[in-house]
Amino acid sequence: MEMSVAGKDAGKATSGRRQKKKLVPDKWRKGFEITVLSAPAIIIFLAFVILPVVMAAYYGFFQWKGYGSPSVNGKFAGFQNYITILQDPQFQQAVWHNGFVVVMSLVVQGPLAIIFALLINVKMKGRALIRTLIFVPYVVSEVIVGTGWSLLLQSKGAVNDLLSKIGLKGADWIADPKIAIWTLLFVISWKYLGFAVILMLAGMQSIPEELYEAARVDGASFWQQQWKITLPLLGPTIRLWAFLSIIGSLQLFDLVYIIWGQYVSATAGTSTMATYMVLEGRGAGNYGYGSAVAVILFIISLVIAMVYQKFVLNRDLEGAITDEKSEKKRARKEAKAAAKAAKAEQAEGSAVAARSAQ
Amino acid sequence: MTSATVSPHKMTRKEAKQKGYRYSEKNPWGSPLVYFFALILVAVCILPVLYIIIGGFRSNSQITTSPSGMPNPWEITNYISVLQAPTFWVEMGNSLIVSIFVMLGTVALGLMVSFVIARYPFKLNGAMYTLFSAGLMFPITVAITPLYLLLRNLGLINSLPGLILPEIAFALPQTIIILVPFLKAIPNELEEAAALDGCSRLGFFWRMVIPLAMPGVATTGILAFVNSWNNYMLPLFMLNDDSKFTLPLGVQMFSSQYAVDTAKVLAFTSMSMIPAILCFSIFQKQIVGGLTGAVKG
Repeated sequence: MEMSVAGKDAGKATSGRRQKKKLVPDKWRKGFEITVLSAPAIIIFLAFVILPVVMAAYYGFFQWKGYGSPSVNGKFAGFQNYITILQDPQFQQAVWHNGFVVVMSLVVQGPLAIIFALLINVKMKGRALIRTLIFVPYVVSEVIVGTGWSLLLQSKGAVNDLLSKIGLKGADWIADPKIAIWTLLFVISWKYLGFAVILMLAGMQSIPEELYEAARVDGASFWQQQWKITLPLLGPTIRLWAFLSIIGSLQLFDLVYIIWGQYVSATAGTSTMATYMVLEGRGAGNYGYGSAVAVILFIISLVIAMVYQKFVLNRDLEGAITDEKSEKKRARKEAKAAAKAAKAEQAEGSAVAARSAQ
Repeated sequence: MTSATVSPHKMTRKEAKQKGYRYSEKNPWGSPLVYFFALILVAVCILPVLYIIIGGFRSNSQITTSPSGMPNPWEITNYISVLQAPTFWVEMGNSLIVSIFVMLGTVALGLMVSFVIARYPFKLNGAMYTLFSAGLMFPITVAITPLYLLLRNLGLINSLPGLILPEIAFALPQTIIILVPFLKAIPNELEEAAALDGCSRLGFFWRMVIPLAMPGVATTGILAFVNSWNNYMLPLFMLNDDSKFTLPLGVQMFSSQYAVDTAKVLAFTSMSMIPAILCFSIFQKQIVGGLTGAVKG
């Protein structure tokens, strides 16, 4: 290091003393550059992402209306908020709805996405256009999706009208508590299926064509090829998609809030942890209580994410499990897993990002 | 959609000539069926969106008498009245300001910090990367309540900067995770060559890194733009002054205000999705391409 820097300066610097002098400022300069380049991002990130979550953990211990500071204007409540939340039947229902959406999204979207991706993975004209079109629901905002579908699905809406034209009787898709959660599941699947298909397609296109050629030479049928080659090699993509889907389903907020509104979601049976948090927290002016709900939501997501990464995603990262399971190694693995999960987020943007933002 | 329906014939012929055995003998599912399924999928994805757009061309009485019918006659009065409504333009303007600043801010801050993480050999860059990638586990849902209090204390409630700053912060993790591999992939020889030619590290960043990282920059920029354009929860919490509303809030307010005027709601809704759809369809190759890279890597 010293040599190379010295070498670089050798042309200008004439004496050894001068080289030494230039070395230190270069180190300072490097530090200065690092600070200037990274400080804005770090500051904004700590202030608006990390700090609020830490604050939520603190506020969660108070009964507080959001004015002044919790320790002065609020009342320290210990774990009382958490006890109340966990005993509240409304919250338990919301957790149940979240669980339903988590599981059913996987069950419904996963197979459909794989089948559709298989079918349109064949080389054909117009594939780029098809890819663009099936991505449209994902790009359209939750508000538009919610507004559009609530008009389509209202009792005198277009869906029931179409059904009556072919002689079927429609239903009150949105207000009927027996149906509403299935309606929610349908709208979610509609919005995010395209994303899943694109992800699966991307995974399929990274499988080498030679494998299929070899299988064809050996006389394997189309479906045998998919079953024995595509599905196993698609494993990492499927596991990654499932991870993103689970996290998104746990954070579900926008669509429920838009279609069912602030108060109806609980009676229609579509409330989620996030809508409960908004309703009981900010809606009721109980900022301490709302923060405690946020903390529970965070912990549930974190635990599920960590368990999933440990038992499912890790299979993709390291083939063999070695004896040497030092803390450091595990941390590195988790960072990699996070990075991997994160990479997929670019599509989401959202979206997972979109989905996790819900 | 028409091109998707027309193309199969062309393709089957062409494919059949080249490797006909593949589709006729080895593949029990002939390619017309593939197109049929693709068409179903596309129809399911597109029809509800088309319903919104086409519904805007109908009158309320048309919608009431036949909710699922086509416009007869086509009415453009709904779209015209939306285009003439000042609220629509105010909200469009607010959305554009927020999304463009979020896009620029995210790309600028993300590139700078990614450059440090990727190309400065120092002790903390691993920790910095972990910090930002951990940010993916901190969704805005969890942070929203304290974030509201924080912005209220900073006096940023009801202001567009109050949306822009947090949105940049929440867009940074995915930006950095996409950009760092891009910047790491730039060969060291380039940096050395630039240094020999008297280019400082910052000069290298400015003249070499930014142009070379353009594909990654485009992907992250578009994602930041579209996500910001569609963001609902943050504006819902931070804005209560109509004149500051972004389009998602505007759509929601419009649809509750004009609940009886369904046609107008549909027209307003269609108009509000144009920029995101435009932005996405122009750059979709970037996004899908970036996604493919991520799955491979």
